[in-house]
Amino acid sequence: MQDKIRAKLILEDGRVFNGFSFGAVGETSGEVVFNTSLTGYQEILTDPSYKGQIVTMTYPLIGNYGVNDEDVESSKPFVEGFIVKECSRVASNWRSKKHLDDYLKENNIIGIEGIDTRALTKHIRLGGAMKALISTEDLDDNSLSAKVKKVPALAGLDLVKEVTCSKPYFWSKEGRIKIIVLDCGVKYSILRNLAQSGCQVMVVPAQTSAEDILKENPDGVLLSNGPGDPAAVPYVVSQVKKLLGKVPLFGICFGQQMLGLALGGKTFKLKFGHHGGNHPVKDLKSGAISITSQNHGFCVDLDSLNKDNLEISHINLNDNTLEGLRHKNMPIFSVQFHPESAPGPHDANYLFGEFIELIRKHNGCKTTSK
Amino acid sequence: MPKRTDIKKILIIGSGPIVISQACEFDYSGTQACKALREEGYQVCLINSNPATIMTDPQIADATYIEPITPDVVEKIIKKEKPDALLPTLGGQTGLNTAMQLFEQGVLEKYKVKMIGADYDTIKKAENRDDFKKAMLKIGLDLPKSDLAHTIEEARQVLKTISLPVIIRPSFTLGGTGGGIATTQEEFEKIADLGLKNSMSSEILIEESIIGWKEYELEVMRDKKDNVVIVCSIENFDPMGVHTGDSITVAPAQTLTDYEYQKMRDASLAIIREIGVETGGSNIQFALNPKDGRMVVIEMNPRVSRSSALASKATGFPIAKFAAKLAVGLTLDEIQNDITKETPASFEPTIDYCVVKIPRFTFEKFPEAKDVLGISMKSVGETMAIGRTFKEALGKGLRGLEIGHSGLDNKLDYQDISDGKIRLRLQEPNASRIFYIKYAMLKGYASKDIVAMTGIDYWFIDNIKQIVELEQALLEKKELAKVSKELLKEAKQYGFGDQQLATIFNTSEIAVRSYRKELGVVATFKLVDTCAAEFEAHTPYYYSTYEDECEARVSDKKKIMILGGGPNRIGQGIEFDYCCCHASFALKELGYETIMVNSNPETVSTDYDTSDKLYFEPLTLEDVMNIIDKEKPQGVIVQFGGQTPLNLAKRLEEMGAPIIGTSVESIDRAEDRGEFSTLIKKLKINQPANGSANSIEEALGEAHNIGYPVLVRPSFVLGGRAMRIVYDDEALEEFMQEAKEVSQEHPVLIDQFLQDAVEVDVDAVSDGQLTVIGGIMEHVEEAGVHSGDSACVLPPHTLDDNIIDTIRKTAFALSKELKVKGLMNIQFAVKKDTVYVLEVNPRASRTIPFVSKTIGVPLAKIASKVMVGESLKALDFTEEKKINHVSVKESVLPFSRFSGVDIILSPEMKSTGEVMGIDTSFGRAFYKSQLAANQGLPRKGTVFISVKSGDKRNIVFIAKKLSDLGFDIVATKGTYKAFHSNNIPAQVVGKISEGDTKLLDMIRSGTIKLVINTPSGKKGQSDMKPIRSLATMQGIPCITTIQGAQAAVNGIESIIKEDFEVKPMQEYFTN
Repeated sequence: MQDKIRAKLILEDGRVFNGFSFGAVGETSGEVVFNTSLTGYQEILTDPSYKGQIVTMTYPLIGNYGVNDEDVESSKPFVEGFIVKECSRVASNWRSKKHLDDYLKENNIIGIEGIDTRALTKHIRLGGAMKALISTEDLDDNSLSAKVKKVPALAGLDLVKEVTCSKPYFWSKEGRIKIIVLDCGVKYSILRNLAQSGCQVMVVPAQTSAEDILKENPDGVLLSNGPGDPAAVPYVVSQVKKLLGKVPLFGICFGQQMLGLALGGKTFKLKFGHHGGNHPVKDLKSGAISITSQNHGFCVDLDSLNKDNLEISHINLNDNTLEGLRHKNMPIFSVQFHPESAPGPHDANYLFGEFIELIRKHNGCKTTSK
Repeated sequence: MPKRTDIKKILIIGSGPIVISQACEFDYSGTQACKALREEGYQVCLINSNPATIMTDPQIADATYIEPITPDVVEKIIKKEKPDALLPTLGGQTGLNTAMQLFEQGVLEKYKVKMIGADYDTIKKAENRDDFKKAMLKIGLDLPKSDLAHTIEEARQVLKTISLPVIIRPSFTLGGTGGGIATTQEEFEKIADLGLKNSMSSEILIEESIIGWKEYELEVMRDKKDNVVIVCSIENFDPMGVHTGDSITVAPAQTLTDYEYQKMRDASLAIIREIGVETGGSNIQFALNPKDGRMVVIEMNPRVSRSSALASKATGFPIAKFAAKLAVGLTLDEIQNDITKETPASFEPTIDYCVVKIPRFTFEKFPEAKDVLGISMKSVGETMAIGRTFKEALGKGLRGLEIGHSGLDNKLDYQDISDGKIRLRLQEPNASRIFYIKYAMLKGYASKDIVAMTGIDYWFIDNIKQIVELEQALLEKKELAKVSKELLKEAKQYGFGDQQLATIFNTSEIAVRSYRKELGVVATFKLVDTCAAEFEAHTPYYYSTYEDECEARVSDKKKIMILGGGPNRIGQGIEFDYCCCHASFALKELGYETIMVNSNPETVSTDYDTSDKLYFEPLTLEDVMNIIDKEKPQGVIVQFGGQTPLNLAKRLEEMGAPIIGTSVESIDRAEDRGEFSTLIKKLKINQPANGSANSIEEALGEAHNIGYPVLVRPSFVLGGRAMRIVYDDEALEEFMQEAKEVSQEHPVLIDQFLQDAVEVDVDAVSDGQLTVIGGIMEHVEEAGVHSGDSACVLPPHTLDDNIIDTIRKTAFALSKELKVKGLMNIQFAVKKDTVYVLEVNPRASRTIPFVSKTIGVPLAKIASKVMVGESLKALDFTEEKKINHVSVKESVLPFSRFSGVDIILSPEMKSTGEVMGIDTSFGRAFYKSQLAANQGLPRKGTVFISVKSGDKRNIVFIAKKLSDLGFDIVATKGTYKAFHSNNIPAQVVGKISEGDTKLLDMIRSGTIKLVINTPSGKKGQSDMKPIRSLATMQGIPCITTIQGAQAAVNGIESIIKEDFEVKPMQEYFTN
């Protein structure tokens, strides 16, 4: 490690961690969160929901299997920075195309290794997700401390505009059911799952109006995952409101928050969020427990919802937070976790089937009413 | 889902004696299960023949049967106890197989006992290769190409469809006994034949070889509502071809992408559902082709296993405990995660460290066996290490293995190793391959070549390479003082031990330690918490690493630290873990905070429930001192963990550790030969004549002084290693020649060998004032057989009262002189009314659990309390217990694992475990002990007898008895003559060496039910070796001592008179 470049991580409360640089050099900032997945760093790096965030992996040995061409969740990595205990200097897997270090360099992502990530994780657990800054250039604590204070807070920040697509496109043109995905930072695996379920998938920018969406005559609309504060994107919420009841809706993660807001509820920021692949979620209808993939820092406030129209469909068994909603009268449901997983267990994949089922039922109703 | 109310009493079958592939892990799982079920309000009855288990402690179950684990015996228990249910999945393969037999024999149906957890069909589907294959194909999973054979002819047919090399796996055996890899037709015939014989169902699977593929294991749990979680993934360092018990394994999986891991997870969910394991844990093994990622299913164990014990310790998720709760109907979300206390058990643990398990082998005990590894398990124990990186965990694991390595060090000079040897040691899996990988690197082999030769994943090889590179960087500094803080910390993070660094810089471990502390490079402790710090952990289960933040929560309570025994090995196993657990239980009762230190993942002591704090650490000076520095306990107990902590005692004390109990000085006095002799003389006790020698001449001189036969051994090895009895100059010279090769600087010890003496073991406890005898055990075999290998009887059954009295008095005198505070074990030999002291060990012995169970007094607990200042009087243990029953301890030997090894007992200990037979008379207790040790004595049939000339007189009486009891006798010429002249009907058979194979045929066909063969000298040993080997392989009891034969006949006679009954331990001590 002697010839490695030194790097520092500073948190907004002044705590400093010393480490070494990997990936790109320079300076970066964002909100620091931890992810507890043992595998899947490539998916995590490329998940657009991490826009604005520096991700620390609680599993200490990262990069072991390199980076391949297939396991991507978007066109490029979106994390603001990457914190690990040890980045493997070799990549060992038959699908691997490059080392993690090179991949991050190519994509100008700053990483820091040699960090006591458990100490950092405990710090975040106790102090909450907080602003942080990584630098390979400035190693002066005072100067870093001044800089980190100036980093904008995530709450109130519209990050969707940074990650949404610039114009509509088709993910898959084949399929008997037409789904429009409102892209707030959608993960490819959501699109892959829809396509695999036999859907025609059209992805539209987050700014697309309800009218434009309905004009396409979709069988269903999926509100995607995405980064940042759900309250900071009223332009999405207002359009979702106009879609309620018009077309079957399925919200995933940020999409659930969009629905929650559109239905008159409120969202709040969790202390350090849920980021990982081992959260138990109970489907209250069937009683079945799914081990789910999660990545959210905000949550819909249960008490803010009108229970007359809405029922809670899923609950997190760790902390009893809201994990899923179903509208009693309209074809609308949503989950806070990631049924597309990637990374994470496939237990909740069944929800894509439920969406198709919901659409079929709704279309059936439409046919009879016609 | 609420727990079941239709069942009240549950039967649990344990796994019996410790054997290769079935060790302490089933005591851990069984104990957890008993506790969990009773916590839920169920009554538990239990059978296990192994007295050294915590699960057979009378307070763990409602009715505890220390009886032989056979279907007949279990039926007797069922008849008596009338349990509603049988939980078959917690007692290893023994428990599972016994449950299956009970079902097949209709016993379960007859007594209306339900199988819970997994039923007969499920177990059959998982265990029967053909059924399993069909099930896998049904759910669309890939398997290696394979087919079944039931005869050698069928096997040959199968081979036509699958090309060599192939793997042969017998169905229904333990740890792959009798399996193997065949690369030639010849090997194929041999292994197939053996496999068919070893299989309970005469069935073998012949399988496409996937040797060299990556191997993975997933630990899966399912509840009644079909919720399934994966507790842990394990990646084998050694690729396919090495039994997973013999592989270095790593948790979690290191080289799988999420995509591949989830594919494996999906497959595991599908498998547990298809096989139909209703509730509980299973272990599923996969292989992955490193070239294209093709994934195949290898096998599934529908029960808790060695791997599940490892997974439990690696994650903090107690699989067996939860499996028991799920079996009675609770669901995962209804069970709380003990560690976080706020989240449910229906989750998948995530970890923020790396776990490495390294097997411990014992090939040095079986010099005739090659140390090559294959698909039949050979290791006798394992150590687990936790670190923040693989490198750190590997280093900690290697020094925790206690095989003389201080980490990935350089025992050999790589320059002296030929390329041929390097290549061979890399290509052929073996016990020291990990070190040869390093030697190869030092010799300049490229990582990718090492990958090609070993099949070990590049990622692992590169990590080893990093260790080697860092060692080079350290060597370049030349002196310790030139090593910077940063480099030193990095070395520690790479798993370098202080001793390893000391060797690099040619200094002492203590010097490294003080330099390290001076620079502020000190160990930090982190928690094992199931959740990677996402939630607060309430259970203090720690490992050390070198990080920024230390999480150890040091209390200001009175606390005692207990040092465990590390990995199991021959001579040090579960008995010592039992004692350590008892120390913890006892001191907790007195209000102390107890701190356990151990590195053996199989054990009850490393259950986070056992002590107030658990440090999962290697038992080295460095690692133990790190904890002492942090915790500052009031006392450290070294006398319960066997030789491991005892070896540390002196240095720990020098560094200021507060050792409690018998003083280190006294321990030294007993261990040091010279000091011990002085002590013996002072007390006017008899000791066999002895001396030492540095040359052949000196040795011959000493031997002539003492008089043959003499017992010889190199002075630096313990536990009877390389000990031998020699009868003449020639044999002594031969031994000296071999010993000289081992070491130049250590003398050879020579003792008078007391031929035909009776050996006696005594366990006692003393508080410094009063000494109380726990038990006096008479060995069945004569002196000269290692005490760990011989059977023994409590109370003694042939010794005169005045002899016993002398033994007692001697024990008291020794205890007083050594100022024993705690436990003490003394070995005596009695010859012609003279009592000799062979050895004194002021510590817990292997027999403590056996004695404690027999007399109904928890000696280790009492000793622990004594060590913190309680008096025996206050503890109400002031006199030797009188008992109205007899217990026999019999040892269990691993010969069937090491083909080519003779089964002769010697001064060198070879047994892996022990069983206990308890009954009202010696004969019945002995009979039970043999049955429990898988040496069940016949009640009728043919006995083969061949004894050395010295035994001819005694064997006549034995043969007469057998003949009178209705046995047919077959004997070799000499023995036959003795029978003939005494009018005992017998048949004579010729020598094998003379071409007569009749005897071999009779053994093979099962005509011979018992072999009595006492070999004399080297020649006699080799003549009959094939007979003994064959008998052992065929599972026919084979007795090699005349005393053993006497006891056996005694046993047979009493059982023919009246069949034995079963009785729970609780009933032996009702008054």
